[in-house]
Amino acid sequence: MTNIYRKRLFVNRFNLVMSLSAMAFGMTFLLWILYVLFLRGFETISPALFTQMTPPPGSAGGLANAIYGSVVIVAVATFISTPIGILAGIYLAEYGRDKPIAQVTRFINDILLSAPSIVIGLFVYTVYVAKVQQFSGWAGSFALALIAIPVVVRTTENMLRLVPSSLREAAVALGAPMWKVILKVTLRAVRGGVITGVLLAVARVSGETAPLLFTSLSNQFWSFDMSAPMANLPVVIFQFAMSPYEEWQNLAWAGALLITLTVLVINILARTVFRQSAVR
Amino acid sequence: MSTGSAALPRIMTAREDSPIERRPAPPASHQGAAPWQDWLFERTTLFFALFVLLTLVGILVSLAISAIPAFEKFGLAFFYTNVWNPVTKQFGALAPIYGTLVTSAIALLIGVPVSFGIALFLTEMCPPLLKRPLGTAIELLAAVPSIIYGMWGLFVFAPLFADYGQPLLQKVFGDIWLLGPLFQGAPNGIGILSAGIILSVMVIPFIAATMRDVFEIVPPVLKESAYGIGATTWEVVWNVVLPYTKVGVIGGIMLGLGRALGETMAVTFVIGNAYRISPSLFAAGNSIASALANEFNEASDPVHSASLISLGLILFLLTFIVLACSRLLLAQLAKGEGKST
Repeated sequence: MTNIYRKRLFVNRFNLVMSLSAMAFGMTFLLWILYVLFLRGFETISPALFTQMTPPPGSAGGLANAIYGSVVIVAVATFISTPIGILAGIYLAEYGRDKPIAQVTRFINDILLSAPSIVIGLFVYTVYVAKVQQFSGWAGSFALALIAIPVVVRTTENMLRLVPSSLREAAVALGAPMWKVILKVTLRAVRGGVITGVLLAVARVSGETAPLLFTSLSNQFWSFDMSAPMANLPVVIFQFAMSPYEEWQNLAWAGALLITLTVLVINILARTVFRQSAVR
Repeated sequence: MSTGSAALPRIMTAREDSPIERRPAPPASHQGAAPWQDWLFERTTLFFALFVLLTLVGILVSLAISAIPAFEKFGLAFFYTNVWNPVTKQFGALAPIYGTLVTSAIALLIGVPVSFGIALFLTEMCPPLLKRPLGTAIELLAAVPSIIYGMWGLFVFAPLFADYGQPLLQKVFGDIWLLGPLFQGAPNGIGILSAGIILSVMVIPFIAATMRDVFEIVPPVLKESAYGIGATTWEVVWNVVLPYTKVGVIGGIMLGLGRALGETMAVTFVIGNAYRISPSLFAAGNSIASALANEFNEASDPVHSASLISLGLILFLLTFIVLACSRLLLAQLAKGEGKST
């Protein structure tokens, strides 16, 4: 009897210790990656990083054009994906609900949510870049928008579904048409959550490299022209990190630190906004 | 309506116009304030919902069309020939498919037990005060861009792995039958195994977060009754929580697999970019995604780029099937949850 008891206790303890070490394993990697990133990134971070262009191999420089390009490409992608994502989310939550078309759309949206981003880049390449015969900032924005849309659709729908029907019914009883009910009552009630969704989408796309490789490509110089290849942080990091030049590798680390900090800050910001709206 | 219908027949005989045009509009209060605005709004939202559907169809169709030249030239042999030669223009997808599957398998082999441990810790062992910050930390691990994992893998992990990890593996498994050949070759830190390990770190947060979420839907009564008859924490998890959430757990694993199959940057840095199939896991290889990332922009020959696009199509179909299964399983669990509570 005591033998079985002891064995059960041992198995329990052993497995709980394994579970604890699994947690430690996960945290170790997070802290290790962040530690290396900060260590290597801060070596190179200086005002020159934000004022100078990406250098030719073997000389010093900065990442100004890549930072600018990334901001513009992500901003345009956000402007495209936000309205599309929110409207599609409204359809799923308010009109479609359990209709077959809504169920299929929801299913497909969930799949696109984790579809390989490199295939999205390939898609934009075949339908846009190959047709106009030029890599461009626009193409990069389109690819990122396609990745962001499912995120916005998903969070918008989930948020709208949290709104109690009584709120809608109250507004309808006052004589408001459905579109006003949706835009001015239900959507407004969950705007914190919807903003969270948009922020998470921005965080998701700002680190994406693979879809930009075949669309925006990169550019060594400062460029305002969205219809030409545009420098952007992820692709510059990729090219510089894979290169044998030490200056380039250092710049890649600095860029990696910038991107990671941006993504993590946006993520934490989104979570705090969401928590506020959940409390209210 | 009634006021208009009295006058209607007279107008119809007087003129041969369509009577509908003559009908007075319904009073504004009749059907809500603005029916046409409602109609327009619903159609607009429907249009954008369909846009999401069309994206998927568009991806499939456009990739299939662009891939035609490769399939015309190589036929079905494209799937099972192991040759990739841009000079002679001979292409076969076997090596990248092999690399994709093997790296993903390694990622799951390491990632699933660790994720299970993390989910178990977060749901059963974690002090309530730490639950939220630790859960968030795991989610942040998922938010770190994949290129960061790639750089970390190339500059930090690979050298350490070559110096300590690979010699250790060779020492432990090198002489064992069947396992030995897996760990042959020069330990240089780059190759299929390194890519698989880095992938596992990347998919852990996804699998762990899903597992935690499905573990949390287990009704407390079930767990409490098991604890009540004297079960240990492990027995509760293994015999109550896990069977109850089986479907969701598999769904979460498939979700991670979907991620692993299509992951590009983390793999590209460390896989070594070589089109070959070697029994050793230390050898350099290639996954579909890394082949695309490395070569697509340099492919000037139409057959070469068509072959790469067909690789992309294969990858998309593969992930589509895996993710579809994952979503169906997770949806099934959600439905069961609605019924039982």
